[in-house]
Amino acid sequence: MDTHNIALLEGREGQVYEKRQDGPEVEIACDKTSLSGSVSQRACVFCGSRVVLYPVADAIHIVHGPIGCAAYTWDIRGAVSSGPELHRLSFSTDLQEMDVIYGGEKKLYRSLVELIDQYEPKAAFIYSTCIIGLIGDDIEAVCRKVAKEKGIPVMPVHSEGFKGTKKDGYKAACNALMKLVGTGSTEGISKYSINILGEFNLAGEAWIIREYYEKMGVQVVATMTGDGRIDDIRRSHGATLNVVQCSGSMTTLAKEMEEKYGIPYIRVSYFGFEDMSKSLYDVAALFPDRPEIMDKAKEIVRDEIRKYYPEMQQFKAALTGRKAAIYVGGAFKTFSLIKALRTVGMSVVLAGSQTGNKDDYRRLKEMCDEGTVIVDDSNPVELSKFVLEKEADLLIGGVKERPIAFKLGVGFCDHNHERKIPLAGFVGMYNFAKEVYESVMSPVWQFAPRKGGLK
Amino acid sequence: MEREGLTINPAKTCQPIGAMYAALGIHGCLPHSHGSQGCCSYHRSTLTRHYKEPVMAATSSFTEGASVFGGQANLLQSIETIFAVYDPEVIAVHSTCLSETIGDDLQQITKKASDDGKIPEGKYVIYASTPSFVGSHVTGYANMVSGMAEQFAVSTGAKTEQINIVAGWMEPSDMREIKDIAKAMGAKILLFPDTSDVLDAPQTGKHEFYPKGGVTIDGLKSSGDSKCSLALGCISAEPAAIALDKKCKVPFETVDMPIGLSATDRFVMALSKAAGVKVPAEITAARGRLVDVMADMEQYLHGKKVALFGDPDQLIPLTEFLLDLGMKPTHIVSGTPGMRFEKRMQEILERAPYANFKNGLGADMFLLHQWIKNEPVDLLIGNTYGKYIARDEQVPFVRFGFPILDRIGHSYFPNVGYMGGLRLVEKILGVLMDRQDQEALEEKFELVM
Repeated sequence: MDTHNIALLEGREGQVYEKRQDGPEVEIACDKTSLSGSVSQRACVFCGSRVVLYPVADAIHIVHGPIGCAAYTWDIRGAVSSGPELHRLSFSTDLQEMDVIYGGEKKLYRSLVELIDQYEPKAAFIYSTCIIGLIGDDIEAVCRKVAKEKGIPVMPVHSEGFKGTKKDGYKAACNALMKLVGTGSTEGISKYSINILGEFNLAGEAWIIREYYEKMGVQVVATMTGDGRIDDIRRSHGATLNVVQCSGSMTTLAKEMEEKYGIPYIRVSYFGFEDMSKSLYDVAALFPDRPEIMDKAKEIVRDEIRKYYPEMQQFKAALTGRKAAIYVGGAFKTFSLIKALRTVGMSVVLAGSQTGNKDDYRRLKEMCDEGTVIVDDSNPVELSKFVLEKEADLLIGGVKERPIAFKLGVGFCDHNHERKIPLAGFVGMYNFAKEVYESVMSPVWQFAPRKGGLK
Repeated sequence: MEREGLTINPAKTCQPIGAMYAALGIHGCLPHSHGSQGCCSYHRSTLTRHYKEPVMAATSSFTEGASVFGGQANLLQSIETIFAVYDPEVIAVHSTCLSETIGDDLQQITKKASDDGKIPEGKYVIYASTPSFVGSHVTGYANMVSGMAEQFAVSTGAKTEQINIVAGWMEPSDMREIKDIAKAMGAKILLFPDTSDVLDAPQTGKHEFYPKGGVTIDGLKSSGDSKCSLALGCISAEPAAIALDKKCKVPFETVDMPIGLSATDRFVMALSKAAGVKVPAEITAARGRLVDVMADMEQYLHGKKVALFGDPDQLIPLTEFLLDLGMKPTHIVSGTPGMRFEKRMQEILERAPYANFKNGLGADMFLLHQWIKNEPVDLLIGNTYGKYIARDEQVPFVRFGFPILDRIGHSYFPNVGYMGGLRLVEKILGVLMDRQDQEALEEKFELVM
């Protein structure tokens, strides 16, 4: 199939938009389930729950279902732990045909008991996969029973793959976390305290962020869920403020904590100098009775930017005028990415996400330059088409987008689970610029047949 | 730890990914996952991580409604969408745990699609039943290969000189090597499936939705007239050969996947007999080179204990090859169940009565690790998931099998045939000798090895 002249997938017209001055004011269609038969880059409810809860390192995570769901999510996130590493093991009830017919409750019960005896975790998460929703296992009852017998929290996660989109999986994960919140002692928690939500400690990013806040004199009660600990989550209702990154995944929890415990929340991004600075200032502004916090925040911003700015200018000189395409999971990430790319002189010709909502896309439209294409729930054909048409030099995406970029002969930056280098914080912006620079400027692209090839 | 209900760190995954991989070995085919969106996404991600290639597949995108009312409407809609937009030659549908539990009948739905005129003239929809709660990724592969043989093969009554070679689950590099061996021997073969030039495609500056490789539909149709079939592997390949025999009376022979010296010998002899051709000098010379290296390096391999894990059709000949090298296969684990597999392993392991072997339920990486702790080994061979054990126990580690997520090479350099045997010996010696160099005392540190 020739990807140069491909028409859009039928029924997808509403989910693709090109910003033009004289163009019509249309709302981007989103929050739609994918068309049956599309080569979508999206995942399922289970995937959403699994990625959110995965970094909780002192709990066991049991996938209740046939083997696949456990196998594919075994140690896939670079979410690092400073201590226990139970989250990096793969536990499955490995349901067989007879279990599907007669039910898997007994097997789940036995598995839980065996595992808790062996690993002595602080808690257990039990993920329901597709067929659990069909065969009707009462996992709530099993969890209650085991929790009582073993004296640890055992949380069912209602993450049957077909019951919605990845976003519904985030909600199910938040519901499970909410069962833990409020069950621990809040003794010793300062008035100047926060929880960090929606930060998963990929490549140690949560540690970077935590350090900034602690330097400011703000106590971090719990990070959810990066380098997460059950006991911290249980007492997180003692914090004064919830600081939420990655809007899609954790806003539900922040809202519920606000409702139940009166903890306000703010949305932040730790990506790029601009947004990173703002996320420190916004927190400091909420503690006006202690101005040292703001003073310290300003000092951190000044020192950090001073440290990285000079070398950034070199990257910028090389990258100015280059074009980027962005296709990531959550739309919130694209906002920061657009700003960060502008910092290094690059423009954005394609911006899209798997799970953005109407507000996200409205904001995206405002931010984008003339001629930028905006897509929701895109597919490889569309992505290839626009990368080539718009002559992008870089694609930012996840695991499935990487080889597409490389086949087209353009640079790539992983902004998903597989990255090994922290991209959050001030140092993260430097790392990002460096990675983009190295990929875009790689000598390999000159050998791509599209750029000339064998002469 | 005694376990009843639990798998810790699996040595297998579920059927659908095998079906997806097999379907990619048909030219112009779009694999289709009839289930939730996540299944398709996970399979594509895993295959992409293994091959560093784009992997295209569609999904029925099940929703709550589909799981109540059945997935027929989703599949019919999918078929329509796919032909309209992605225009493949064939859609290869596989089921999932969800669609199987609901009771969707792929044969009936495919027929309905055909009756309703949703399948354009000259295009095809094939299917395979691959519930995740049965078998493993390996049986999923076997089911899809079986499906393509059964649903495409036509018997015109006029037998040809062609020999079907049913590829067990092997890499594109292996499939390329099998074709090269057959070409060198002058045997006219049809290899299927064939993922060479699909998952090892060159950089062209374009995203080829359907790369140039893959067995053609005409090729698959002609398999019914072939004079015989050779199935490479009793688990992943034989079911397709049986299906062809049943449908089109194509007699078959099953040989082990040609990994290592003895299994390659048997493959070459079987092909020579089936095609009525002599083994050419160049093949004999390739064999000679392998034996020569085995002799040269025997002292470094002899008596070394090996733990290995992976998939049946690879483990059978690999275990045999290790024995041929004078090594001791000590612990062997596969998550894939199957009586045929067990029986064949027992035959091979008659030469290694000391070996621990377990497959199917409860045969996971946790068990392998326990075995290794109880009886340490000199070498570990298996897919990327072995790296945790290798690191914990400080065991030299050769990556072999599926998936390999952290190294390259498997797509490009074969493990099958005499060349593949040489590559395996090179890799094994590489890690063993590196270790020897690292650990040698100053006075024992050798320049010449």
